[in-house]
Amino acid sequence: MPRILRLPRSPLAWTALAMLAPLLLLAALGPFLWGEAADRPDVTAVLEGPSLTHPFGTDNLGRDLLARVLTATRLSLLLACAATLLSAGAGILLGASTAVLAGRARRWLGALITLLLAFPGLLVAIFLAVVFGAGATGALLALAVAGVPGSARLAQTLAAGVAGTDHLAAARVLGLRRHRLILRHVLPNIAEPLLLSTTTAAGTALIALSGLSFLGLGVQPPAYDWGRLLGQGLDRIYAQPLPALAPGLAVLYAALTFQLLGEALAGGAARRPHRAPAPPAPPAPPAPPAPPAVGEPAGGDEVLRIDDLTVELPTPDGVIRPVRDVSLTLHAGEIVGLVGESGSGKSLTALAIADLLPAQARVSRRTHRLLGTELTALPAKERDRHLATTLAMVFQNPASALNPALRVDTQLTEAVRAHRGAGRTAAAAQAVHALRRVALPPALLRSRPHQLSGGQRQCVLIAAGLMVRPGLIIADEPTTALDVTVQRQVTDLLAAVRRESGTAVLFISHDLALVAGLCDRVLVMYAGTVVESLPTDRLADSARHPYTRALVESVPRLTADRGQPLRTVEGSPPDPLAPPPGCPFQPRCAHRRDRCAAEAPALTGLDADHRVACWHPLPAPATAGA
Amino acid sequence: MTLLQVADLTVRHHGPHGPVTAVDGVSLEIPAGRTLGLVGESGSGKSSLARALVGLSPVHSGRVLLDGRAAGGRTLRARRRLGRRVQVVFQDPDTALDPRMTVRQTLAEAATAFRRLDRPARAERVAGLLDLVGLDPQLAGRLPRQLSGGQRQRVAIARALAVEPALLIADEITSALDVSVQAAVLNTIRDLQRRLGLAMLFIGHNLPAVCHVSDAVAVMYRGRIVESAPTADLLRAPRHPYTRALLAAVPGLPPAPPPPDAAPLPLAAAEAAAPAGGCRFAALCPVGPARHAERTVCTERDPQPGAAERPHRAACHFPPDPDTPGPFRPGPDTPEDERS
Repeated sequence: MPRILRLPRSPLAWTALAMLAPLLLLAALGPFLWGEAADRPDVTAVLEGPSLTHPFGTDNLGRDLLARVLTATRLSLLLACAATLLSAGAGILLGASTAVLAGRARRWLGALITLLLAFPGLLVAIFLAVVFGAGATGALLALAVAGVPGSARLAQTLAAGVAGTDHLAAARVLGLRRHRLILRHVLPNIAEPLLLSTTTAAGTALIALSGLSFLGLGVQPPAYDWGRLLGQGLDRIYAQPLPALAPGLAVLYAALTFQLLGEALAGGAARRPHRAPAPPAPPAPPAPPAPPAVGEPAGGDEVLRIDDLTVELPTPDGVIRPVRDVSLTLHAGEIVGLVGESGSGKSLTALAIADLLPAQARVSRRTHRLLGTELTALPAKERDRHLATTLAMVFQNPASALNPALRVDTQLTEAVRAHRGAGRTAAAAQAVHALRRVALPPALLRSRPHQLSGGQRQCVLIAAGLMVRPGLIIADEPTTALDVTVQRQVTDLLAAVRRESGTAVLFISHDLALVAGLCDRVLVMYAGTVVESLPTDRLADSARHPYTRALVESVPRLTADRGQPLRTVEGSPPDPLAPPPGCPFQPRCAHRRDRCAAEAPALTGLDADHRVACWHPLPAPATAGA
Repeated sequence: MTLLQVADLTVRHHGPHGPVTAVDGVSLEIPAGRTLGLVGESGSGKSSLARALVGLSPVHSGRVLLDGRAAGGRTLRARRRLGRRVQVVFQDPDTALDPRMTVRQTLAEAATAFRRLDRPARAERVAGLLDLVGLDPQLAGRLPRQLSGGQRQRVAIARALAVEPALLIADEITSALDVSVQAAVLNTIRDLQRRLGLAMLFIGHNLPAVCHVSDAVAVMYRGRIVESAPTADLLRAPRHPYTRALLAAVPGLPPAPPPPDAAPLPLAAAEAAAPAGGCRFAALCPVGPARHAERTVCTERDPQPGAAERPHRAACHFPPDPDTPGPFRPGPDTPEDERS
């Protein structure tokens, strides 16, 4: 059932409904109740002002104006709705057709709609009303035609969104006929916004029709609508304002009702589908008192240390904890991989380290030390400054990570000029140097991001990061959007930067093979926790956590036996709203035992370099040669 | 028997600066029941080729023969004749299914596209299709937003299989999926090849994934197919320098040392324009005029025409000796023998 037909909740919607109900009642019953009184002439009471018997007065034949206004509701609304439906129907059909027409036909239709839009609607309506001949039908048709381009353009724009989708392409390949494509695949997907705009358009149509009647181009006597009554009342507005005001107010009321109704529908459609209201966010776990210098003093080459990082995010369905008790340490000149599948929390971990999480996220961590400075103890302004000068981020999508309006040199020099107070020339010289390091010609400085290829953009981002001589580079899926040969160049570049300046790199990826080739150490994340931490040379065959092992075996290899199916993991990752008890991987684990569902295993060391969060780690394979 | 034969196919798009040739004189064949993998980087024309084959993009020139008869044409009749034999699955699991239709409606629509089915037969067909792609028939009542990305891709595969096509075109169907989900979809594909004898054109940029499901692989570069060969041959002894560079760039698990002769291509030159009339890879080629000044033939003569006569169809004037091994030794290749 479409969302907009559900019971409304907002006061706006109730107001709209409350205003609509009397209108509908009047339209349905008015002519029966007052129709006779409205048409009964009374020569004894011609052109009377308001009185007890005739609250709004009478017209030139002595007919009661109140009864006439009430009776006119039906005709006025019917005409407005009919005109709206006709123009919306024709317009939507035209507009939606552009989604299923091919090549030239589509371009012609689009051009036609644009051309029609250039004529002002009301002028066209008046012109057509004259052409069609004064009368209700003429006015109706004139307005309907005048409204077509607007709704066609809206439908065309909405349909363009559907036209690019894979499911429409698949339906065309299935050989479905065009009318079926429109009815089944295009219209249902654009119906909601169209319905909203059509409702609002009905209000406009009502006013326009009243205007035509008022000008004498619409409803002709003896029939009458609000516009006609308004026109008749206007002659004596200075003597008696009410006969003119009453139909005017009726038009206003009805138009307002349609407008409100459209707004209420739009509001209802914009809200998320039915969801339970979010429970109030539980208070963040109290930050444990900072342990005064517990643990080893910051080692000389420790770049980053973060302990017990937990991130909470409020969602419409409740608070989720996409990162739970993650600890990691990076040393100078180390490349550490953070791997996991989508939703495992790896990107949020990176954002938390860089203090870039969205404002509504709650972060708690025991230690957050970057190059010897404890960030949790710093005021926000100094923390930002420290982060800006010691840490560089490289994001997944190089197309959106650079500002398309600024030249490369501006973006490269921004950070050093802001934080290091470097002069223009000094910064420019640094920028040239930084570009050289990423093997790009200095000529690129004067170009804009759209002139660069994807790989070049990613290298520019890395160069921008190098400008501040960072101690840590966080690369969040930096090569996912790139081709494999370009990917190789970007990873080679990161390795070279590490080698030359001892920068630590946190490399986040879902590609195990890529991480294995580049990193020294790998942390494997699953459902917000680190499940295993091991040296990369053990990743291929000595992983001990069942999830890591399954992940490794699910990667297709060029050298593998193609007859063997790839390893898969049954089931799907846990619902972040209802994490399973105990080990997060336990519902999908082939090796689970009773304890796994009862208690969550902590990350414990198997040896100096290898830690795993599992109660029953897989046996290590026999070492080579044994 | 050759199911699909493409000869000298050219596809042009309208670009802001005039027509852009996305596919330039491509020829390929797919025998019945066999899978051809098509790899190449973004912008190499893979998807344009796929869209042209199923009639979604107009063909500029060239021929597409299906079962030996010319396919294509703009009439609905021609489209339906093509759709009955060739179906396609696209990359994006988010838009692959109509968000307003349940899985049941989507599959029933496809199953009744070419024949009438009464209500019980339709329900049975939907359940059968879901089972075919390894999904629980209980999912039939769900809407796409209630499915995971992998599940949606499988429903899209089931929709394509509903018309029982002879050829399935898979355009980057696992690119947007996580590795473990990709593995499940690849397994489903292998299973379908075996059970249905389905011929496929499997397009992707992930070489290991494409090679895993393909009997033969064609490598595409800037609108051209530069090399095509049986999968094992291509992995064992790639003949085109671009193929070698591509293979060398694939990260391995465990990591393999990069072979010495496939030096990484300089990034700065990646945008270099192709010389008119010559080989498109010449500017970047490790065996071309950039390294060997005397090999001017690369910039003067197009290596394409002679490709069919060269050993396993490499469009290169200087292919290495047939015995030069590639960076990878392919694993045993049991399924080919199994199926033939």
